[in-house]
Amino acid sequence: MTKKKDLIFSLILLAAAIVLVAVLDQVLPQTGIVMTVLKKGCIYSLVAVSMNLLNGFTGLFSLGQAGFMLIGGYTYAILTIPVADRASVYQYFDGGIVQFSIPFWAGLICAGLVSALLAWLIGLPVLRLKSDYLAIATLGFAEIMRAFFQWDTLGPLTNGSNMLRKYPSFSTLMFPFIVAAICIALIVLLINSSFGRAFKAIRDDEVAAEAMGINLAHHKRMSFCISSFFAGVGGALLAMYQTTIQAQAFKSNMTYEILLIVVIGGLGSITGSVLATFLFYAASEWWLRFLDSPLMIGNWQVPLLRSGFRKVVFSVVIMAIVLFARKGIMGDREFSLSGLIKLFSRKRKEASANE
Amino acid sequence: MSKNVNQTGSTGNTVGKVGSVQASWDHLGKRGDGPSRNLLEVKDLKVSYGGIEAVRGISFDVPEHEIVTLIGANGAGKSSTLRSIVALEKPAGGSIKFEGNEMIGMGTEQIVKNGITLVPEGRRVFVNLSVYENLRMGAYLRNDDLQSDLDWVYTLFPRLKERSWQAAGTLSGGEQQMLAIARALMSRPKMIMMDEPSLGLAPIIVQEVFEIIHEINKMGMTILLVEQNANMALKAADMGYVMETGRITLSGAGMELAENPVVKEAYLGKSRS
Repeated sequence: MTKKKDLIFSLILLAAAIVLVAVLDQVLPQTGIVMTVLKKGCIYSLVAVSMNLLNGFTGLFSLGQAGFMLIGGYTYAILTIPVADRASVYQYFDGGIVQFSIPFWAGLICAGLVSALLAWLIGLPVLRLKSDYLAIATLGFAEIMRAFFQWDTLGPLTNGSNMLRKYPSFSTLMFPFIVAAICIALIVLLINSSFGRAFKAIRDDEVAAEAMGINLAHHKRMSFCISSFFAGVGGALLAMYQTTIQAQAFKSNMTYEILLIVVIGGLGSITGSVLATFLFYAASEWWLRFLDSPLMIGNWQVPLLRSGFRKVVFSVVIMAIVLFARKGIMGDREFSLSGLIKLFSRKRKEASANE
Repeated sequence: MSKNVNQTGSTGNTVGKVGSVQASWDHLGKRGDGPSRNLLEVKDLKVSYGGIEAVRGISFDVPEHEIVTLIGANGAGKSSTLRSIVALEKPAGGSIKFEGNEMIGMGTEQIVKNGITLVPEGRRVFVNLSVYENLRMGAYLRNDDLQSDLDWVYTLFPRLKERSWQAAGTLSGGEQQMLAIARALMSRPKMIMMDEPSLGLAPIIVQEVFEIIHEINKMGMTILLVEQNANMALKAADMGYVMETGRITLSGAGMELAENPVVKEAYLGKSRS
């Protein structure tokens, strides 16, 4: 019964969000700060949730997310640049070797599929590793991908170290919102299936999971591929948002940022990851901006406030979160109606007990 | 993920009455239904870790519907034997036959499907999953209806039913052991292997665990039990084997072994007379 109520509650929330997004699209300037935060929030929510699937639900500590986003973004861009524009984009490589283009939705799906395929290949050797070693190997993979895509010899395909542009992009908030919502919904369905439960079992106890007859190698590989699929779609969305894409930008910093979001939101909580993504980008791009500009009160200049100080404060905030809220905002729970009711009834009980 | 694990608290009335739902478990047959056959036959099994032989060629049989126990000190190779039977460890040689079919070379998945499950040492429940989800995981390889088996397991362990939505990590040690056994039963095995089910439990709870073992065996389940608690294990078992440094050094009927002076001296405390 509560499950049904929770589902209805989530659907109502989703409908409200869609209406809100539609209204915001009409009201706010598309390049304003709020829109930037919301669009980035949608895109990185998807990437964060995909990383959580791997790190939080399957217990595989992987740091390859930026690499798979890069693959997804490039796949999308390479396949969707209109044929007429290829000559100008690939000006140093005689228009490149890809001389066709596919619609944007097919591009998004291909972005995911190519990422997943590479994840499968790299997973064969890498997934034999555990914990830190897996993290090092996947991080190395991501870095190699970054260099690989900039390799001059691959120029006719990737445009070398030059950027790719002129591929279809989006201008509304509705687009990334809908794509991210569909993808996250798919991940939620997966996690709540018995296949997804096996991921959680592997995270909790590999030996016991294996003794139950769960094929460890197969399940880990599937988790890795699915996570990479959605990271690839996220990368394609990011490419669309930026309207240009360059391999150089997909540094390991990007992965750390996403990892941070996942940890702040709570390992093993989808809603936590989504919530944390929006908070993270709102704080770093918007709320803490004022710290970067010098402030004069009368003749006295407020000390420390200058360009770059934002990052200092931000780091301190994050350290505080990691120190005092180890399990993140949500822990491994999910945001739901029954959870809210429980929280409020507990608060009310406490309040009445205090009186 | 250490949650409050109360290892000493009694699990109370853990053993339920099973008479009413016994019918759902009759695929096993009963003790004395016909001539007893060997369900599991292990011959000259060898297991080694990087050149060190943990099991040096042991042979034993597990007759259907009986309780067989392997006892011995730490490092005698008991756990390695169990782990190699379900292919968690690759044997270096020998043969393992279950219902007459060779199991060596099969994967764990296939072996579990064939009807052997292992209750691993140290319980190893999935701490962040609910009790119900743990039970579902036990039946991961099954595609048929689980409801009758869930009902049956809940009747056997009423405490688990009360806590079915609780995370398994919040259960006491004894309850976790019950859950580990219940989870193994959910795969509908023909033989269940238990690796030190009494490990780290208070004596009163060990008693309960052995009651459960008896109860399950009465229903027709064949049990291979590995224990350091030789006294309890031998009293419960039809047949016992003593392992020392990878070899079987003694064997005999359970009670007989319990009375054996060598065993008494080595495992049960020196005899007083």
